[in-house]
Amino acid sequence: MPKNIRFVQGNEACVEGALYAGLDFYAGYPITPSTEIAEHLSERLPEIGGKFIQMEDEIASMCAIIGASLTGKKVMTATSGPGFSLKQEAIGYACMAEIPCVIANVQRGGPSTGNPTHVSQGDVNQARWGTHGDHSIIALTASNHQDVFKMTVHAFNMAETYRTPVILLFDEVVGHMREKLIIPEKGELEIVDRLRTSVAKDVDYHPYLPREDGRLPMSDFGGEHRYNVTGLFHDMWGFPSNNPKIVGGLLRHLIDKIENNVQAITRYKEHCLEGAEYILVSYGSSARSAIHLAQNRRNKGEKIGVLELQSIWPFPTELVKEKCSGAKAVLVVEMNMGQVLTQVKAAVKNPDRVFLANRIDGKLITPSDIKQLLRVIQGRGV
Amino acid sequence: MNRIRLVFSGSGGQGVITAAIILAEAAVIYEGLNATQAQSYGAAARGGATRSDIIISDKEINFPEVTQPNILVCLTQEAYNTYSGIIRPGGTLLTDKRFVQTTRKVDAKQIELPMYETVVEKIGKPVVFNICVLGALIGITEILQPQSVMASVADRVPKDFLTMNNRAFDLGLVLGAQFRR
Repeated sequence: MPKNIRFVQGNEACVEGALYAGLDFYAGYPITPSTEIAEHLSERLPEIGGKFIQMEDEIASMCAIIGASLTGKKVMTATSGPGFSLKQEAIGYACMAEIPCVIANVQRGGPSTGNPTHVSQGDVNQARWGTHGDHSIIALTASNHQDVFKMTVHAFNMAETYRTPVILLFDEVVGHMREKLIIPEKGELEIVDRLRTSVAKDVDYHPYLPREDGRLPMSDFGGEHRYNVTGLFHDMWGFPSNNPKIVGGLLRHLIDKIENNVQAITRYKEHCLEGAEYILVSYGSSARSAIHLAQNRRNKGEKIGVLELQSIWPFPTELVKEKCSGAKAVLVVEMNMGQVLTQVKAAVKNPDRVFLANRIDGKLITPSDIKQLLRVIQGRGV
Repeated sequence: MNRIRLVFSGSGGQGVITAAIILAEAAVIYEGLNATQAQSYGAAARGGATRSDIIISDKEINFPEVTQPNILVCLTQEAYNTYSGIIRPGGTLLTDKRFVQTTRKVDAKQIELPMYETVVEKIGKPVVFNICVLGALIGITEILQPQSVMASVADRVPKDFLTMNNRAFDLGLVLGAQFRR
């Protein structure tokens, strides 16, 4: 049997993806249902000369990865709802100071300590707006372990490309269940490495002066160049400024660098979508139920398709609009009170024909849950 | 192959989850099939009721939960009382004679085997009970090759305990084989 086939939990697929992408520093504080990410990395990272640190809490963990990233490491932390709340201030700092980092949030029921061992997708909007102030963010997700691996690699690539925090929004079901993972050969997936400055030692280096292509080359902090890093609005040297031109310019840059690249960031999958009259828009573990239903009904001749989103932020508005344009109705399948529903409604031409198929009781939404709602929408009763 | 849906149930500490992982892993790693293994996740490490759902198929598996198992294993009375009703008509229900008194009549092949007793008598270490259950299950159903499951056991069990596990598996295989379907 080939060595690269594994039978693992989703959390372990995330670990493998992170290591493949070049992770060499992890700081975290264990929390269900994300703990296996820390558990496996505590073993794997030291083996390859990386660093694993269990910090005193989630805030410190987030700050530790920010510091490590500045020194040139590829970094990550993992948590769940309550810990994700704690990390928000530092995530904002990473947005402002443009520090590449990856934050995995394996979602459980909330608010507060909520429902630790059960599934939810209630942090979609927290990923977008959890930290204060105008900003943009990248959040990715996956419904199966092969895609958990791929999206984790994509997260590191996006963090490096756009110098920004990237959120991996997994959930308890995908995190804990076990299934097949084929670990790609080296070189099979593209890896974006840290873009370092070519400015020589002791020559003035401007940490926040974009190149022509908009990217900002970094210099390992504590290395060859002295520069300032702050959460305040700052100029190209990194020094605080309240000059309106600089403030407005920086904020516009932080948002534009992501919103202008929606297409490059967006990842999605289509299942039975061709000619579909009813489209299920879903993501994460609830997409598994949607796909199950669509494939079953297709075999019976019903035209049901699934648009599976793998990137949620920036929201792929144009994609959703285009894919759903021919549908009689769109059902957003998610385990919250309609966080992606709002986005889909805003994207499509006919928002009145967009419905929510949800479940919020800690149980994975089932194909029959979706089927019942679909029948109601189709006017066929339950 | 047809999709096989299994539910393993019992109490924390019996090795129910481990057995489920070993079986599903054997299907994926040693037989090139697809499999998912999911479990009720909670404070059942010792003594509480545990359940693990396994689906094995040569096709893609999406929804990972089992609503009607073809094969149901109940290793405690509580598990039997809770889950015996969900078995798919015509399925196979395996229980251990020491822990479960079968009361309900279900439309399934009910097989009661003295797996625990055999393990205690022949090996003297109840810790390998779960591997004996796996052996019995393979003996009855032949859903996977015995050597695939044993290879998966070898991957997960400390080397010094492998012989004992192999023996437990073989004992189960023999117990199960008499009920081969």
